[in-house]
Amino acid sequence: MCLAVPGRVVEIMDGDDIAFRRGKVDFGGIRKEINLAYTPEVEVGKYVLVHVGFAISVIDEAEAQRVFQYLEEMGGLEEELGEIPQ
Amino acid sequence: MADGKPTTFTLNCPVPRVADDRIVLAHGGGGRLTHQLIEKIFMPAFGNPALEQRHDGAVLPLDGLAAGSRLAFTTDSFVVRPLIFPGGDIGDLAINGTVNDLAMCGARPLYLSAGFILEEGLEMETLRTIVNSMRDAADAAGVKLVTGDTKVVDKGKGDGVFVNTSGIGVIDAAVKTEIGPAAVQAGDVVLISGDLGRHGIAILSVREGLEFEAPILSDTACLWPAVEALLNGGIEIHCLRDLTRGGLATTLNEIASDRNISIRLEETLIPVDEVVQGACEILGLDPLYVANEGRFAVIVSAAQADAALAILKKIPVSAGAVRVGRVEDSPARTVVLQSRIGGNRVVDMLSGEQLPRIC
Amino acid sequence: MKFLNEYRDPKAAEQLGRAVREKITRPWTIMEICGGQTHTIVKSGLEDLLPREITLVHGPGCPVCVTPIELIDKAVAIAQRPEVIFCSFGDMLRVPGSARSLFDVKAEGGDVRIVYSPLDALKLAKTNPARQVVFFAVGFETTAPANAMSAWQADREGIENFSLLVSHVLVPPAMEALLSSPNCVVQGFLAAGHVCTIMGYDEYYPIAERYRVPIVVTGFEPLDILEGILMTVSQLEEKRHEVENQYSRAVRREGNRPAQQTIAEVFEVVHREWRGLGEIPASGFQLRGRFQKYDANRRFPFSGVPAHESPECISGLILQGIKKPHDCPAFAVKCTPENPLGAPMVSSEGACAAYYHYGRRQTHDVHAELSSPAGR
Repeated sequence: MCLAVPGRVVEIMDGDDIAFRRGKVDFGGIRKEINLAYTPEVEVGKYVLVHVGFAISVIDEAEAQRVFQYLEEMGGLEEELGEIPQ
Repeated sequence: MADGKPTTFTLNCPVPRVADDRIVLAHGGGGRLTHQLIEKIFMPAFGNPALEQRHDGAVLPLDGLAAGSRLAFTTDSFVVRPLIFPGGDIGDLAINGTVNDLAMCGARPLYLSAGFILEEGLEMETLRTIVNSMRDAADAAGVKLVTGDTKVVDKGKGDGVFVNTSGIGVIDAAVKTEIGPAAVQAGDVVLISGDLGRHGIAILSVREGLEFEAPILSDTACLWPAVEALLNGGIEIHCLRDLTRGGLATTLNEIASDRNISIRLEETLIPVDEVVQGACEILGLDPLYVANEGRFAVIVSAAQADAALAILKKIPVSAGAVRVGRVEDSPARTVVLQSRIGGNRVVDMLSGEQLPRIC
Repeated sequence: MKFLNEYRDPKAAEQLGRAVREKITRPWTIMEICGGQTHTIVKSGLEDLLPREITLVHGPGCPVCVTPIELIDKAVAIAQRPEVIFCSFGDMLRVPGSARSLFDVKAEGGDVRIVYSPLDALKLAKTNPARQVVFFAVGFETTAPANAMSAWQADREGIENFSLLVSHVLVPPAMEALLSSPNCVVQGFLAAGHVCTIMGYDEYYPIAERYRVPIVVTGFEPLDILEGILMTVSQLEEKRHEVENQYSRAVRREGNRPAQQTIAEVFEVVHREWRGLGEIPASGFQLRGRFQKYDANRRFPFSGVPAHESPECISGLILQGIKKPHDCPAFAVKCTPENPLGAPMVSSEGACAAYYHYGRRQTHDVHAELSSPAGR
């Protein structure tokens, strides 16, 4: 049961009780009201991973770049050494 | 009252209510209320000489048809929920759906019938909206609604409105090739008239309560102008199919199956609006299977593909036309998709409805 | 969509595929546990980018598939009650019980509704005070915080006409059960990324150590899975058996603390039956303490008809990666999505359904045909 989709927090409706805290999350143009109880540290503008109506993680944008940096280094290396035959 | 206590009165007046804000059973009874409904709602919207005969059937002229013309005849029923959705309502679907089925035969749509099954309690205002949509859609398509029928069922026995429309069109004598899967062959190119999934997502957005920055509208539209342009432009059409329930995947599977060929698609070529894609991601749906109501696929020879695309792009309803794939001999009866990352997968027929998944 | 589309980049995918080919020197069998990962692999044709030395097997990553048949029968019985509004995720609807599925109940007039979130079910309870709203709380640890919150909110707001039929399953015990089986073919694991978002990945260190298998916490997009495979292969080739985190943009080692706290308050760990695998100790959740009042198991007595599994279904062997769907004699012949004999054929994440839909039939393996030099 793992379909979780990343979206950007555009609004936070602060409740007194963190369990009921909701926010508006934008998924490429679609807005849904999402429960933010499990991401108390989130701020407007940050991206969260949403699963069945709940934000379960704040996306670490630096880590998100990691694989692309790695590939860039790999690509750079290939250019130096020449195309590696398959 | 004599003892000072108030008496409860039942306020049932024996004179029948002249119901004018909701449909009641009597509206389907054939009597005065039925006539009122016809005169107040249907006639003002659709008035034309044939309909105004108010006869049991419409009598239509057949002169002016060149020898070798053929008649196309089709029927379709419409049961959508919600009745009214972003971009249209059941009335638009009822007209465009049947008009498009005629267009897919290569026929100029001419005359439609409309049968309504109304649920007791339906608001008159809703019916008026639907009928007016049908009038507008019929005008845009250049067709006349020449005959119709209304029945009313008990509350709880219908979804508000069910509509059936049947249509007659004429295939010009000049259209020589049989347009149908039989003409499809290996080497042919598959084109579609625009981006996918708008209608299905428009419907689901109401059902699932999705909020959009800019709402996704149903793509319901009359496709005849695009087909007419292809026919007039000297394109030899091998196959035409509109992409309705089950989406592009279902339509292409039907063709591949009928004709015992393979259709190869490239994912990077298939157009899906970003917001529609987002809705599909959230709901766990595949845009290839989502319903459309104003899109069609056309299969032509490789030699004519560019010309066909150029013609389609000039017509508003097919301005987004693109090439999405090709026909091959094998694997037979199968639609194959090359994914964005370069791997292959089979695009199967749907088993039942596509249910939103969370897994 | 940001943080989604970039992980589908074709050039990057090709690069990663090539990196795997360069690294590998001998055959390896790698298992992914999560149905969402199975789905991506099959949907994107990811195996076409991998060298033939890699065998990907699909584990019991489908909570739908492993929900015991008795629980499906119970769900069906509850859903048939006229006072009940039975709410479920779409995935569960077509899973066959002994005699019928929830979809059959719906077709017969039962009030069965698909919801997107357990909070939707709670809302239905609030707006339908005269009805009993029951939510089928199925899932891995990923979904447990959401289900726990619905019980928490119900308790806080004093809502009584709401209950949960719980079928939560836990991943690490299942991995241990698989690894300790003498038939185990798995040499490396792609751990379920979203499960680890909640639970972290501390639990995997003793497993990696005890069974000497690399475990890489992996995401769900094509680039994630390719990178996860690359990291696993690198470990295998270098004879390492460590725990690594590929999905670092979403997963932290300690996981999501508030979510874990809520789970601990609402649920307790119990032994659980996995359909096709048998009982696995300490592998499930049930409601505890003051939340037991929301247990649909207690609220709705069930006389129980003995459960009846199809004798032909080999889902257990498939869930362990020992057999593939097209090894099953019934696959695509007697057992199809329209007439499933077992859960893996009907769940959208089930291995059998994936193989069926994406063309790997017994007599006619379209995928093999496409992968052959002639097919390309």
